[in-house]
Amino acid sequence: MLKDITLGQYFPGDTVVHRLDPRTKLILVIVFIAALFLAVDWIGYAVMFAVTALCVRVSTIKLKSLLKGLKPLIFIILLTGILNLFYTKEGTVLFDWWIFTVTTGGIKRAFLMVVRIMLLICGTLLLTYTTSPIALTDGLEMLLNPLKKIKVPVHEMSMMMSMALRFIPTLIEETDKIMSAQKARGADFSTGKLTERAKALLPLLVPLFVSSFRRADELAVAMESRCYHGGEGRTRMKTLRLARRDWLAFLAGALVLGGMIVLRVYGL
Amino acid sequence: MDAVIKTEKLTHTYSAGTPFEKTAIRDIDVEFYPGELTAVIGHTGSGKSTFMQHLNGLLAPTAGRVLVDGQDIFATKEATRDVRFKVGLVFQYPEYQLFEETVYKDIAFGPKNMKLSEAEVDERVREAAGFVGIGEELFEKSPLELSGGQKRRIAIAGVIAMRPRVLILDEPTAGLDPGGCEEIIGNILEYRARTGSAVLLVTHSMDDAARIADRLVVFHEGSIAMDGTPEEVFSRPAELTAMGLDVPQSAAIAQALRERGADIPGSIYTLEQLKAAVAALGKEAAR
Repeated sequence: MLKDITLGQYFPGDTVVHRLDPRTKLILVIVFIAALFLAVDWIGYAVMFAVTALCVRVSTIKLKSLLKGLKPLIFIILLTGILNLFYTKEGTVLFDWWIFTVTTGGIKRAFLMVVRIMLLICGTLLLTYTTSPIALTDGLEMLLNPLKKIKVPVHEMSMMMSMALRFIPTLIEETDKIMSAQKARGADFSTGKLTERAKALLPLLVPLFVSSFRRADELAVAMESRCYHGGEGRTRMKTLRLARRDWLAFLAGALVLGGMIVLRVYGL
Repeated sequence: MDAVIKTEKLTHTYSAGTPFEKTAIRDIDVEFYPGELTAVIGHTGSGKSTFMQHLNGLLAPTAGRVLVDGQDIFATKEATRDVRFKVGLVFQYPEYQLFEETVYKDIAFGPKNMKLSEAEVDERVREAAGFVGIGEELFEKSPLELSGGQKRRIAIAGVIAMRPRVLILDEPTAGLDPGGCEEIIGNILEYRARTGSAVLLVTHSMDDAARIADRLVVFHEGSIAMDGTPEEVFSRPAELTAMGLDVPQSAAIAQALRERGADIPGSIYTLEQLKAAVAALGKEAAR
């Protein structure tokens, strides 16, 4: 049912990967993506695969969870693979029919592209799996802080994001409750034609909107009565501080990126 | 008289087969009769809400059966849908489920889902509004403009309009002022008296339970711990306290007086009884 929807899909844990500062992880994911796009040949991909596997291993995230995260993107992955397979015309031709031509180069390119996308997703999944949504928005806010100079409302944006995340479970619970209440009055959400079903959603959506506005109003009052007035001069309960492991992680990231650049420039 | 609702070995397990598995209710056998007003009490998480949602088919049991008029309500899909109209369930804070533009249309939502004729729907809306004391002058207003107590009564009318043979209310007086509570309790008693329906009232107020219920069913850790008349249940205060429940204030006062040596009978649980007992004590002292 509705309770099965997982958002922010954070798996709590206590590994080095979990404990890293969210800023470190955000930057490392960008470094990881850059390094991944520098890879051109088997060796480069092998290195990136090893790096990803190592991180997954250390984080104790289960392979099953990663596969579950890959599932919604299977279509894009397959499409990329197929396009690369038929549009690459290198090496010897293995198969030729009408507009379809498969070459050895095509097979290699398709395989590597699929691996690249999968590694890319795994890297970002690792970030969201090991970092709580709140820590993530905090990290993002601090990283984007310099943008305040050019009048980007960084604090407001991150506050809105953390509030939205905070209220997702509440909203799901509320939806469940209103649905049950309307079902108790004979509402039918699951049968009928498409137009009928859309109409049947009205008894669910109206109360949901009304209560969302009410809740927003209450929250605003509660925040204002505690003197909330934006990010100016606001301190934090948990100050993010870079530890030794963060610097070590940066060093590792720099080594991987440097290695990939060397590989790319000199080839092997 | 035949029971209108009967459960047989009713068991419900949430998230079965996962690490979060939790059995909310276990092997519940109970019967409810027409015209009977039963107060269902129990601590938060005792399983009473889960139990209630089985009675009109919102939740399907993991094991066991629910019989309404002797028919298994989960036998067919149609039976599960039809039972919604026979067993009316009013959720906690039902005013948050109002959605129509006018009070009239909102009360008519249930009867319309029953596919009744216009005339029949109209009759039922007027009757239900009458039960809860909502006058016709409010029919064309938006339910969102009205006061909290009025909204609550309109929401209850929306369920009553289906003329359920069993009316279940989950804490219908929560968050209302004393006047609003009295009105709603009065409406419920009136509905019961005029239609002879069975009423199940989930409540945390032992005083309400003592005052209006014919029968008390106490839930504890997913089972029925006590089932009897208020007199029987409230004569076991120690067990109630052990389950994290209160006794009615009158019973507590009577107990305190007894401890101080006053000669007060043990079967006191309403204000009226307490008043009579204390008056009798006064008379005796005057003599």
